[in-house]
Order: sequence, then structure tokens, then C-alpha cells
Amino acid sequence: MSDAVVAARWQFAFTIMFHYLFPVLTMGLGVLIAVLKTLELRSGDPLYGTAARFWARIFAITFATGVVTGIPMEFQFGTNWAQFSRYAGPVVGQTLFMEGVFAFFAESSLLGVFLFGESRVGRRAHWLSAVGVALGAVLSGFFIVATNAWMQHPVGYQAVGDHVELTSLWGLLSNPYARWQYPHVLSGAMVTGSMVMAGTGAFYLLARRHEDAGRVFVRVGVIAGVVFSVLTLFPTGAFHGENVTRFQPAKMAAMEGIFKTQAGAPLAIIGMPDRERQELMDPIFVPGVLSYLAYGNFSARVTGLNDIPADQQPPVEIVYYTYHIMVGLGTMFIAVLAVAAFFLWRGSLFERRGILWTLMLAMPFPYIANEAGWVVAEVGRQPWTVYGLQRVAVASSTNVTTGMTYFTLLGFMGLYLVVGLLYLLLFARIVNEGPR
Amino acid sequence: MSLNTTWFVVLAFTLAVYAVLDGFDLGIGAVHLLLGRTREERARLIDSIGPVWNGNEVWLIVAGSSMIVAFPNLYATSFSGFYLALMLVLWLLLLRGLGIEFRHQIHHPMWEHAWDVVFSLASVLLALLFGVALGNVLRGVPFDAAGEFQGTFAVLLNPFSILGGLLSVVTLGWHGACWAALKTEGPLQLRARRFAAALWIPAVALLVAMVGASFVTRPDFAHNFMRYPPLLLGPAAAIAALIGNRSAVRRGEDRRAFIASSAYVASVLASVTAGLYPMLLPAAVGNPGPGLDIYNAAAPAGSLRVALIAYLIGLSIVSVYMVTVYRVWRGKAGQVYR
Repeated sequence: MSDAVVAARWQFAFTIMFHYLFPVLTMGLGVLIAVLKTLELRSGDPLYGTAARFWARIFAITFATGVVTGIPMEFQFGTNWAQFSRYAGPVVGQTLFMEGVFAFFAESSLLGVFLFGESRVGRRAHWLSAVGVALGAVLSGFFIVATNAWMQHPVGYQAVGDHVELTSLWGLLSNPYARWQYPHVLSGAMVTGSMVMAGTGAFYLLARRHEDAGRVFVRVGVIAGVVFSVLTLFPTGAFHGENVTRFQPAKMAAMEGIFKTQAGAPLAIIGMPDRERQELMDPIFVPGVLSYLAYGNFSARVTGLNDIPADQQPPVEIVYYTYHIMVGLGTMFIAVLAVAAFFLWRGSLFERRGILWTLMLAMPFPYIANEAGWVVAEVGRQPWTVYGLQRVAVASSTNVTTGMTYFTLLGFMGLYLVVGLLYLLLFARIVNEGPR
Repeated sequence: MSLNTTWFVVLAFTLAVYAVLDGFDLGIGAVHLLLGRTREERARLIDSIGPVWNGNEVWLIVAGSSMIVAFPNLYATSFSGFYLALMLVLWLLLLRGLGIEFRHQIHHPMWEHAWDVVFSLASVLLALLFGVALGNVLRGVPFDAAGEFQGTFAVLLNPFSILGGLLSVVTLGWHGACWAALKTEGPLQLRARRFAAALWIPAVALLVAMVGASFVTRPDFAHNFMRYPPLLLGPAAAIAALIGNRSAVRRGEDRRAFIASSAYVASVLASVTAGLYPMLLPAAVGNPGPGLDIYNAAAPAGSLRVALIAYLIGLSIVSVYMVTVYRVWRGKAGQVYR
């Protein structure tokens, strides 16, 4: 792979991973704010309105940062991945385009009304704007995931000469790969929104500030969190895993560190992939479970990397570790949130400082789990940009040099460092000022 | 009208709406530091665009994604060819957006002033770069044998396109001043009217220079207008809008003045695209390459048809709530950001 392609990959990886830190929060938080607005409308309790206004301030800075770091993503398909755009544009363009006209317009126009219009429009209209913003964010995510799903598992197209043509829009939108990938992504975002809300509430309770609002945050965050952390594992994660096994056996083999095709494949809880000896070092196995998870049968055969040509294998280590980080963290979220939900039900959660501390310190981890999941999806697709159709090595721009890309990558790094610091500063300030 | 031509019109329409809508908020940025003299006045100017700028910018994103889906070859060739300039645009869009949204987060004169300067400089440079880009599209780019080009700054910054950049900055500044006059009150409004009146003169002068230079750089530009005279309605509407704006600004009819400046921006873009048709990105004069037109840059018919239907359905929904949202914010800009 040429240096220019490597540079373009680094730039895309860096900018998309930074970008995703923001929409992963707004997708989840948008829905939770709509829930708070609904509770306000139904109960008439102004505390819910205060809580919604507080999270709207967080939403505003997160959304703004997400927008300004998101525009470079769409532009990079043209600037750095011109050959990909020429090849796949007629298909991936559809969903990117539909995101703009069906979701993004709604989201950004209604956001203005939701953030600043509470005094200008009625209570119902304001509630409606909150719901509209949440729907826009969730719909936006759908079109992006549908775009990605097509790159993972191309459907509804035919190849014409040096590019593809769309033959079925419905096929593109109902891609079997997206059917579980999208709920899984959305559920991961909901866990992030829930855990940030619960963690912030836990901070207020521990610091004995804004305790009324803190209790609302913890209650809403823990209830939504326990529901969605379970949904992330089952059914969305489990069935998406089945799809990966079916459509991308090489990715699944790398995720699980399966070097040799075998019947009754075990599930590795931990272990370090050793590519030279083609096995996992120091593994802890649960026999037969991988075969069961993939095929619903403890003795089914699972394809190993030895049955996949070397030039079609993803880099095992990155995919293996990020997958295990995602699953490990996801399991811990279920445990922590289930314990918290139990004590919430028993009525003693707000006094249990140990659990509140755990909820507060857990805040960064859903971000790591979501990012890790996307690394599995994207690095696991290597060496393809469009699975089975176009290789990454031939997808980048031929008229953009390695030097140009490293120049702009360094520019992005410097700029995003400043943006990230400013975002954290403002986040901390809003939390410090508290709901009012 | 063939599918390819329809998509040419759709793309031109999307870009024209973007230029009108984001044009006034870029224009506010271009005159921000000169027009707003105090902290309160500058805050009021930002308030006037705060709730709508983001929705306005979505038109740029939609224009970009219409290019991917309808003219993938144009998208790939121009975006990679204008690489460094586009990256600069991205960074400026980023800084400008944060300038608007982060400015009011901390109530301290230093913080606000820093973001005012960032917002204003980024807006001026963006207006300049958009004009330079349009100038280069008109002038044509140096395609190589493989049908690609490297738009280094040495290529992009030629006298013709710099003239286009200046025209863009002044025109959008004037358009922004018209918006400010419509949305503000008191001394700020009077000053905005004076700005609109003053900027009208260089805007017209630069337009005349640009039109003259276009005929020199691209002698075939009048071809479409000669062959199909109804297209002359575009330039005629631009002239009428200029005159209408002048008299409206004089009489303090801010609404009419803003409608006229919007109509002017839209009809200038309509005239430029009418002259370009069917080219999307021509080759520079004396360059062997054929350039990109609506046929050799287009996606297959199936993709064009589906995306056109999506566009029409999407835009009819968008127009409903765009109008609703602008109605929510009609009247003078109150204090939006707290």
C-alpha cells in the first residue's frame, strides 16, 4: 500500500474518531431530552423542564462541535478518496444525500427553535421541537449507518464499467447488514447519553449540589442505561454478530482470534493473538460457545483465518483487541447499571456513595466502547473499502500527494486539540454552573 | 428536459439557495467588526443569525452530497483537485461555527472579543475563497492527460479569480448589511443602512469589472445567451434587483432591500450557471482536456432518477419547516443567546 493511501487512512481515522465523540452523545441525549420534555408536559413538574434546559445547553455545544467536525467527513470522500467517490458515489451518494435533505435540515432548523425559542413558541410546539431534534439525530444516524452497511455488504447495485449503479433504493435502505448494525449503533449511543446523564447526576449528589436535579438525572440515566446496555448486547449485538459471521467471515475470525477453522469453536474471554505461531497466547476459553453464538449450534464449524487468503485478511491484533474491549466494557456497563437500577428500585441508590462514585467515573467508558466498536467495523473490513468490490489501495485520490495529506492531518490534529480542550472547558463550566 | 440537465438545474438551485441564505450570515461576519461598535451591538448581530445559520449551512452539505450522487466525477475531481483550498474552507467553517456557538458561553469581554475576531476573519476569508472558487470554475482549470488537476495556490490565485473573490466579499458584506438593517433597531440599524448604501457602489463596480473580465477570459460565455435569449432574464433580474435595492435602502424599506439583495445574489448565480451550461468544470482556455460536463461527470440514469425523487420529496418537506422556522424568528432579533 502506497504512502499516500496510508496517509489518507490516518487522516480519515483520526477525523472520524474525533467526530464521532460528539454525535454519539447527541443521538442518545437528544432522545433523553425529549423524554424529559415529555415528563415535564405530562407531570407539570418544572424540575423536568429545568433538567431539559440544562441538558439542552450540553446538547448545544456538543451538536455545534459535531457539525463542524462532521463537514470534513463528507468532504474527505472527495478530497482524499476520489477513486472511491467515482466508483461508489452513485450508490453511497444516495444515503449521504438523503441524510442532508431528510434528517439534517430538520435537526438543525428545529434545534434553533428548541434552544432559543422556548419563550416564542407554545409549550406543545417546544416539546415538538425537542422531539423533532431527537428524531432528526436518530434518522441522521440511520442514513450514515446505511451508507456504511453498503460498504460492508453491498446490495441493490450493479457494476457498470468502472463504477456501480443503484438498482434498488429499497434494497440499499433495507440492507440486511444494517438491520442489526443500526439498532446496535443507536443502542450504543443511548447507553452513552444515559451514562453521561447518570454520571453527571451522581456528581451532583456526591458533591451535594443541585441534588433535586441530580436525582432526576440519575433516575432517568440509570433506567434508560440498564435497558439500552442490555439491548446493546441482546438482541442487537448478538444478531449483528451473526450477520458479520455470515457476510464477513474474515472479520469474525479476526474479532475472535480464530486462526484455524474448527468445529465447536471456543469463545476466548482473554488471550493475545500471535500471528507468527497462528494461535492465541495465554487464552481463557469457553468451549463451543463461539459456534453457538454464530450458528446456534455448539458443534458448528467456524471459519478460521487459515481458510482466508492472506491478501483478504484484516490486521488481526487491532480487530481482536478493539472487539474484546467493546464486549468487555459492554458487559461491565450491564453489571454496573443493573446494580444501580436494583438499588434505585429499593429506594436507596441516592445514599449509596460507592455506586454513585462508580457511575460518575464510568462516564468516559461508553465513548471508548463505541469507538472500539467502530474500529472493529472499519479495520475489520480491510483490505476493502467496499467489501469484495474495491480495495483501499486503489480508493484514494491520485492527485493528492502524501505530503499534502500529512500537512492537512497535522492541521486537523492541532485544530482538534484546541476544539477538544475548549469543549471540555465549556462542558465543565456548564456542569459547574448547574441546572437553573 | 433530460435527467442530466435537470440535475444541473437542481445543483445550481441548491448552490443559489446556499449563496442567498448562508450569504447573509457570512456577510454579517464580513462586516461584523466594523458594523458592531459595542459588545451589545456585536452580540445583537450574532443573535440575528444564531438560530438560522446552521440550517443555512446545511444547503452547502446538500450541495456537496448532490454532487456525490449526481456528478461523482465532478465531486471527486474538483474536491481532490482543489485539495488545499478546500481544507482551508473546512477549517474556516469550523472556526466560524465555533465562533458563533461558543461566543456566548462565557460572559467576559476578552472571550467574546476573541470569538468576534475569529468569526469575522473566518467569514471574510470564506467569502473570498468561495468567490475565488467560482472565478476558477469560470476560468477553467488545467486538466492533465488523466483528466485530473492539481489546484495549487499558484494556479488558483490568478488575477481573474481574485477579482471574483473581492466581488464575493463586497457583495456578501452588502447582503449581510441589508439583513442587519432588517433585524436590528436604533443606531445599529441606521449604521447598517449606511453600510448597505456604501457597499452598493463597489459591489456594482466589481460586478462590471468581473463581467468584462469574463468576456475576455472566456469569449464563449455569451454563447448560451445568444442561442437562447430568454436566459437574459437572469442578468436583467440582477440589474433590476440592484436598482430596487438602491431605492429601498434610501427610503429605509429594509424588507424590500433585503429581498432585492437576495434576488440579486440568486440571479447572479443563475446567470453564471446559465452561461456555463452544459459545462460543470471547464478546462482552462488553451488546455487540451475536454473538461467536465453534465454527461461525462454524471452518475448512471438509475441513480439520477432515484436521487431526483428523493430531492423533490425532501425539499417539499424542508420548505414547509424552513418557512415555519423563519416565521418563528421574524421581526427584530431579540436577545437569543443568554
